[in-house]
Formats: sequence, structure tokens, C-alpha cells
Amino acid sequence: MKNRVAIVGAGMTLFRRRMLESPKELSFEATRMALDSAGLELKDIQSVVSGSAPDAFDGMHMKGEYLLDGMGGIGKPNQRVYVGGGTGVFTPIGGFWNVASGMYDTCLCVAEEKMSPLHPHPQYAFWSIFDQILERPLGTTLLWIFSLEMRRYMHKYGIKEEEIASVAVKNKGNAVDHPCAQLGAKITVDDVMNSEPICWPVKRLDVSPPSDGAAAVVLASEKVAKKLTDQPVWLDGVGWTLDSTHWTNRDLAYPEYVEKAAWMAYKMAGIKKPRKEIDIAEVYDPFDYKELHHMEGLQLAGKGEAAKMAVDGVTQRDGDLPVCPSGGLLGVGNPIAAAGMMKICEVFWQLRGEAGKRQVKKDARTGLAQAWGDLMQVGTVAVMRS
Amino acid sequence: MKVSQKITSYPGHEITPEDVKEGKYLDVVYKFEPKYSWAAGVAISRFLSELRERKIIARKCMNCKRILVPPRMYCEQCFRPTDEWVQIKDTGTINTYSISHVGTDARRLKTPILVAVVDLDGATPGMGILHNLGEVEPSKVKVGMKVKAVWKSSSERQGAITDIRYFKPMGEE
Repeated sequence: MKNRVAIVGAGMTLFRRRMLESPKELSFEATRMALDSAGLELKDIQSVVSGSAPDAFDGMHMKGEYLLDGMGGIGKPNQRVYVGGGTGVFTPIGGFWNVASGMYDTCLCVAEEKMSPLHPHPQYAFWSIFDQILERPLGTTLLWIFSLEMRRYMHKYGIKEEEIASVAVKNKGNAVDHPCAQLGAKITVDDVMNSEPICWPVKRLDVSPPSDGAAAVVLASEKVAKKLTDQPVWLDGVGWTLDSTHWTNRDLAYPEYVEKAAWMAYKMAGIKKPRKEIDIAEVYDPFDYKELHHMEGLQLAGKGEAAKMAVDGVTQRDGDLPVCPSGGLLGVGNPIAAAGMMKICEVFWQLRGEAGKRQVKKDARTGLAQAWGDLMQVGTVAVMRS
Repeated sequence: MKVSQKITSYPGHEITPEDVKEGKYLDVVYKFEPKYSWAAGVAISRFLSELRERKIIARKCMNCKRILVPPRMYCEQCFRPTDEWVQIKDTGTINTYSISHVGTDARRLKTPILVAVVDLDGATPGMGILHNLGEVEPSKVKVGMKVKAVWKSSSERQGAITDIRYFKPMGEE
């Protein structure tokens, strides 16, 4: 790499089921906050990477071009990146190429999502991710891929629904301390178990909500970052891989594409023993079981062993490996692209020791943020250091 | 309670369905009703016409020896054209299943439906397809259960994945 890359500022809006602000306005608010926290103005920004998930939510084609004004992209080299739910972490990965390559010294990375325009429910948009000839005629809903994957994961490793529910309890509890959170709450495993079965084994409280929101970070090269702040957070490793859309042809119990993405990021960051070297992890948690599934793919737990870590409290904020100290998608909310970026923001605040009530107990120096998406086929991973 | 101790306010205004109903905020409603006609492709056109004949067909790659279903004209791993058509069985094993209480647009269904990934006999192990299960109580379904396709009658079959009504358990083994 030509340049070491730092995150020098972060910002986000409230995450809510439906926001008054337009997509451009939401983007502006998060972007302005990120610039302010970096002590920069738009004129200091050399390039922009934008992230937003399916255009079908908004019913607007060319969403990247539409969002441009609010994301500070007018007259600058702007790039929209997209890998479904993986977009939020892929957006700063796109920014990383801009800065690490030596092309630019500053890059703004903004992720925005409004899911609320689509009626009767945002999930309707996901119908069109399935194969139009062989799958959609069966009456598909997005929840199927999750419920089928969760059932396979439980079967292969003998994991109980109650163990999985402990993740929802932790994350919604953590989100009580997040000022932007949509669903922070103190709940119990019984609450999750007794919630409405939507697509068994998935129950209502196993799932993150649909949300509107935006989040942003500013990246800078080492020489610029050191002038701006004495607390840069280094983006030391990035990785991403995709598997085929033939999702019924692969082992649903283990996300190999996440493992590949993780090793790509770990190698870049010089990490050999992830479980020992990663201090905190914002693991992608659109469903509670996904946090466990992804911890295994990320090599933070052995295969089938993440549930025990969750039950034993290892992944709590005061545990040995805090996972989703923000409250995650289950607690803070899930405006798709913005949710992944929220995780990058959280690791940034945690590594700077600025997270206040959410600050993890251990002295966290190395953090990880991960997102996942499309038709259960993409992993995007970022390793960050203080 | 702060995202960062350095940040004191958080932008954004939440609105509720009541706010919109009461006219507190305005919205614009639009219904998009496009119509698409998808060519099924070389491999899947053949697959669909075989379904109409009550047969399930796969493609074999002579390089990796995999028998692929859904069939494709190229092997994505060897990255070469696949070599031949192979008829496989209409029986298989439940790889995973779920009880769905919601429809495509997330509205609740009156009667839940069973969905499964069924690994088909005769294809390379782990080659599954998505389909429904029928003629079985949800509580009786198990991962690993042997199932068999229940076909529509010849006059009802039209060359679609729904020519198979669902898969049902094969009974005691």
C-alpha cells in the first residue's frame, strides 16, 4: 500500500422506523457531523464513496446520483458501491482504495438508507433478490433464507433457540445506551422465545427492524491524519469476497465467504490469531443467530462454539471479547447500508475511548467491523487499530 | 447518553403513520406496475420443459465430475462449458426447513406453509433446490428426512417449478 489509511471523523443520524428527512437530508446530517468531528470542510475532501442498498426501497433509479448532493459529492470523483447488506462496511473499503492507493489524501464515505417508503412492508423489496424462474413462484420472502440457514446451523451444531436468543437480549440491552437507537430495551430470553413466530425458528425478537438512517466517516492518509488529530484510528486491513447466488447448493451452517474475507483483512493487518488479537468486534447481526454464525466465519469462535461464548458472557461489554457493544442492528436498528457504517463508527468511537456509557471495560486497541448480505453470499470485513 | 463524548446532539425527526394520517406531514403515493417477461435461459428452459414431462434434469461437468442442479451450461468452478444432461431422481433429503407464517410482502398467512432446501438424489451431495413441503404436520418434519416430489397432473403441468406441488415424506425407511 502506498498510504496507511486513518479514520479521522464519524457521524450518524437517529435510526428510526420512519424519518421525516429525505434521503439527501439524512445523508447531509451524517456527513456534516463526520466532517465537523474531523475538523474539515467539504473543500478539504478529494473524493467521495457512497453506499446505499436496493433502489427498490426508495423506488428511485440512480439512487447514487440522487444522493450525491447530500453526500458532498458534487464535482468530485464519486463512486457508489453496492453489495446488498454488506454495503455499509464495503463503503469504507471503497474509500480505503482511494486513499491507500495514493490517489487521494482525503475521502468521505457515506452510507444512507430509507426503507420506509415501500409499502406494505420494506421486506417486499427483497422478493426480487430470489431467482425469478425457480424461486419467486414459490412465494418467497427474505425471511426464508434466514430461517432455513438458522435451522441448518442449529441442526449441524446442536444449538438451542434459547442460546441464540441470548444474543438479542445482549444487543437490545446494549442499545439502551446508544442515543440513536431505535429498539434499545431490557428484555429476557423468555421474551424472545415467546415472541410471535414469523418464520420458525425465527421469531419476532430474533430479527432487527426496518429503519431509516445515515452514517458517515472521513478517511485520510497518514500524513494528513497526523496533522488533523492525535487520535487517528487506522484502517489496517480490509477484505471482501462473494459466493454464488446458487445458495441452495452450499453449506448453510458455515459462511465460508466470510472466512475468506476475514483472512484477507487479517493478512493485510498482520493478524495471525484473530481470537487473541481482536479486542472488540461489531459483527453483523441482522438476526441474533447471524452474530454467532459470523463470529465463527470470522475465526473469533470455533465452529459451533459461538453460542457458548454468548451464554457465558464472553461477548458482553465487560467480557473478554465484547461483540456489538453499540447494540448492533438488533438494537440500534437496521437501515441496511447505514447499519454497517454505524458499526465502523462504533469501533472508531470505542478505540478512541469516546463511547461513554457504551465504552467496553477492556483496553481495546484492535477492533473489527463486519457486514454481510446479498443472497447469503458476501462478507465485508474491516480491521481497525487505535 | 452520547455516541461520542464529543458529540452532543443527534440529527433527525421521526414520523409516525398517525402523523401522516393527520396531515402533519405530507407524502406522495405512487404505485409502480411494470410487467417483465424473462427468457429462462438455455439451461433452465430445458430444465422447465423436462419438469413438464415429470422429470428432473441436471448438467454434468466432466472436469470436476459434479452433477449440477439447478443445471447450468457452464461450471462456475472449472469455468468451462458443462458437458451433458443427466436425469436425476425426484426424491431427496431435507437439508433444512422452516415454517413460514408470512407471505412475500410480510403480511401474515392464514395457514403457515412449510419450505425446505431439498438435496436431490442423483445430484452431487449438497445440491439442493428450494421448494415447499406438504402432506406432513410441521412438528413431524426433521432435517435428514427422505422426501419425494408430488407432481401436478399432466394437463396442469406447464413447464414451471410449481409443476412439482411440493415434496412429501417417503414414510418409514
